[in-house]
Amino acid sequence: MSMQRRDFLKLLGLSTLVGGTGGGAVFNVLKPGELEASTAKFKSTSGRTWAMVVDVRKFTPDQYGKCIKACHREHNVPDFGNPKDEIKWTWTDDFEHTFPGQGHEFMDEALESLPFLLMCNHCEKPACVRVCPTQATFKRASDGIVVMDPHRCIGCRFCMAACPFGARSFNWRDPRKGGFPMVGDKPVIPNPEYPTRTKGVVEKCTFCPERLVLGKEPACVEATEGSGALVFGNLEDPHSEVREVLGTHYTIQRKPELGTNPRVFYVIGG
Amino acid sequence: MYDKGKVIVGLVVFLGFATFPFYNNIGKKSAVPEPNLKTPVIEQMVVKKCIEPKEIMRGEHMQILNQWRDTVVREGERKKMTIGGVEIDTSLQKGCLHCHSNKKKFCDACHNYLSVKPYCWDCHFDPKERDV
Repeated sequence: MSMQRRDFLKLLGLSTLVGGTGGGAVFNVLKPGELEASTAKFKSTSGRTWAMVVDVRKFTPDQYGKCIKACHREHNVPDFGNPKDEIKWTWTDDFEHTFPGQGHEFMDEALESLPFLLMCNHCEKPACVRVCPTQATFKRASDGIVVMDPHRCIGCRFCMAACPFGARSFNWRDPRKGGFPMVGDKPVIPNPEYPTRTKGVVEKCTFCPERLVLGKEPACVEATEGSGALVFGNLEDPHSEVREVLGTHYTIQRKPELGTNPRVFYVIGG
Repeated sequence: MYDKGKVIVGLVVFLGFATFPFYNNIGKKSAVPEPNLKTPVIEQMVVKKCIEPKEIMRGEHMQILNQWRDTVVREGERKKMTIGGVEIDTSLQKGCLHCHSNKKKFCDACHNYLSVKPYCWDCHFDPKERDV
């Protein structure tokens, strides 16, 4: 049987619309209203959604380093001493890079040069989760934190491209070879209770599920204990400390225009 | 065929070399691995037993570990179990290796014999060798 090119294309278009997996997607996009993925609200199964408030006013200059060190020690985050191979779970940046487009030329100069503590935002609608082909990164149904399952990660780095906050790092090298100080031929691992990662997987801040399950707060929050610089708690409980701070202060999120709805909030001033 | 004699002799010598490992080992027993169960924790157990009978553990510990991984990492459930009076976590490091604190004489004994190289240890740590 011979077929004209034109007929073949017609048939192809029709079959995409009518049957097959493509059809559903086409109808979904053409349907009036918003896409389901962009409107669905997250509802936790346990009545807990973890969130954090970074109170920039209460941070003392040495506290940033303390938080980062506590986090990186706890989770065996390697340091190769070279920005190309850098692995970071928590880090700092200035106003312009943290809140692009939210400043202006007459802004308080002190604010412009102030560092801001950054980490994974544990977004309500995480872009990284949508793109992950193996569900290695997923939003935990019980409490809404965005977790990594390194066993499943195939190192495709789609999540790194998708995350608008640069919260993800790729292991270009084996962390146990050069990522930690060495004694003889053995790396000194800061916390042998927690695994390292391996070459070829992505990693990021996880809001410390291994600590949450024991009723403890994340490592960075513990490092600022008593100062109120980091407040961690349940967003669904109207009487939680987090909700109290959010309800009584003006707080901002990173890149709200992207619609991922970060669960890390910042108190800037006032 | 030219050089028939040389070719046939060559073939016989080659086959002899190639099959040497097989006929050399016929009827011989190689050292069967014996995983060592003598560790301080196991010695002190009231009843010496694992989470499942020996035969199941031998054949299916990898599937059990995969299940544990999913319940802990994906479902966030870190249950504690009491086996023979010893409390353990659902964990390779804090569960299995809590009792079997002799990775070299326990895990590696069979894995090396069967030439399996599980990549658990690329990320997870084995506790310091402690056996009695």
